[in-house]
Amino acid sequence: MISSFRNALDSGKFVVTCEVAPPKGLNLEQTGHHIDLLKDKVDAMNLTDHQSSVMRFPSIGGALLVKEMGGEPILQMTCRDRNRLALQADLLFAASRGINNVLCLTGDSVMLGDHKTAKGVFDLDSSQLVAAARTLEKGRDLGGNDLDGAPSFCAGAIVTPEANPLEPQLIKFEKKIEAGAEFIQTQAVYDLEKLKDFMDYARQFKVKILAGIILLTSAPMARFMNKNIAGVNVPQPLIDEIAGAPKGGAIAKGIEIAGRMINQIHSENICDGVHIMAIGKEELVPEIMASAGLTPAAS
Amino acid sequence: MIRSITKLKSEEEIFRLLEGLNRIFIIGCGTCVTLTRTGGAPEVAAMKDTLLESGKLVTGRVVVPVACDNLTSEILAEELGRIEQADALLIMTCAFGVQTVSSQLKRMVVPALDTLFIGKESGSGQFNEICTQCGTCVIGETGGICPVTVCHKGLINGPCGGTNQGRCEIDSNKDCAWTLIYNRLKELGRLDSMRKLQGPRNFLGEPTPGKYEMSES
Repeated sequence: MISSFRNALDSGKFVVTCEVAPPKGLNLEQTGHHIDLLKDKVDAMNLTDHQSSVMRFPSIGGALLVKEMGGEPILQMTCRDRNRLALQADLLFAASRGINNVLCLTGDSVMLGDHKTAKGVFDLDSSQLVAAARTLEKGRDLGGNDLDGAPSFCAGAIVTPEANPLEPQLIKFEKKIEAGAEFIQTQAVYDLEKLKDFMDYARQFKVKILAGIILLTSAPMARFMNKNIAGVNVPQPLIDEIAGAPKGGAIAKGIEIAGRMINQIHSENICDGVHIMAIGKEELVPEIMASAGLTPAAS
Repeated sequence: MIRSITKLKSEEEIFRLLEGLNRIFIIGCGTCVTLTRTGGAPEVAAMKDTLLESGKLVTGRVVVPVACDNLTSEILAEELGRIEQADALLIMTCAFGVQTVSSQLKRMVVPALDTLFIGKESGSGQFNEICTQCGTCVIGETGGICPVTVCHKGLINGPCGGTNQGRCEIDSNKDCAWTLIYNRLKELGRLDSMRKLQGPRNFLGEPTPGKYEMSES
């Protein structure tokens, strides 16, 4: 087996992944703290790749740090900043350092980030990046040339189960699986009935699906996501619930809501696991897991 | 008809480009920039006033019929006296016009406009970029809608995660190309062509700078 994350996926257990964001700069203290806190509690942690097109320490550097600290990294790679030569080279480098889990993303437009006039590359798209990883595994590059030493990957991609319109999104989802994606982490879902509808369809494919859970931290944050994040829809009753939390208790309520959702996804066997995005509050992931009744991965 | 779509540069940039150049001759164009109101007769007249207010001297102005045409130099020949009195030509045409004048007159040119795209008029006063002349046309599989151009990221395998109710993540006034393509293919009963996993694009259909010479026959 090429990674403990793939072992976890194959084991049939309820898989938990989370996200760790590399820092803006060289101070790795907080990133290291989050890794240390989470590495034995989750099955793997995603290292975000200039998330929202904000330039940061590289995801591959974060993945190396996770590896060095004894954790299991999932290297996020977007197609926004690198052409096919650079992407393949970074895949080879990752594999050479034992980083074999890769999440292939198209990437946000640079216009959403902090270098708004940069050139967006998009030489490949997410499905083509999955295919590129699979091509490298066969000992060839995208130019059709032989490689001296081939890597192996546990390659995944994402889907937005509440995209509107939905069908184009599902067509792309199927292409990602055709390209070789073996796991899928979803965009944040809050309406579990809609997630069930999506899973009724998605179960026909041989792919492991981890439901995306974003920790709600306040009612304004939920409304902000509804307005600004494509495919994220926090239902009004959940917004009311967090708005009704006692003063200073919104985060505790958010943890409770996330825990409740994860518990239901787990107990009703809706998905193969969850991907918890605590966005800047990674230290709360253990509390969310505890609230969901999940025991740490290592135990 | 296709049109060269332009927008006026900021005054700050224009005056930076004109620094040390005091005698200015202004050239507009009677075609695309007249239609988009960025370099027709009224805009050229307004530019003249702006320059005069800032203390520049305007030696003359003219709106040529089609600035990118090779006949432009002949039309400008009538103005040669006033052109020669100028330190620079401030040109309110698209970059095709600016470069035509520059190569024909071999004088200092300053573009007053930015050329945004080659657009198709899709409604009164509305222009859309629908082709970027990539040299590897894919629209036979996308219902006649170009994802290379209309998708902000030029994606050829379907929408990204930023697609939002038919709109693009960079601007809610811009359509998501893949929603348009999906709707068109669905209407045509050809959604299967969207299901085909496309390999990496050839970005060098015609390596820049494009060059074409008709073969003798």
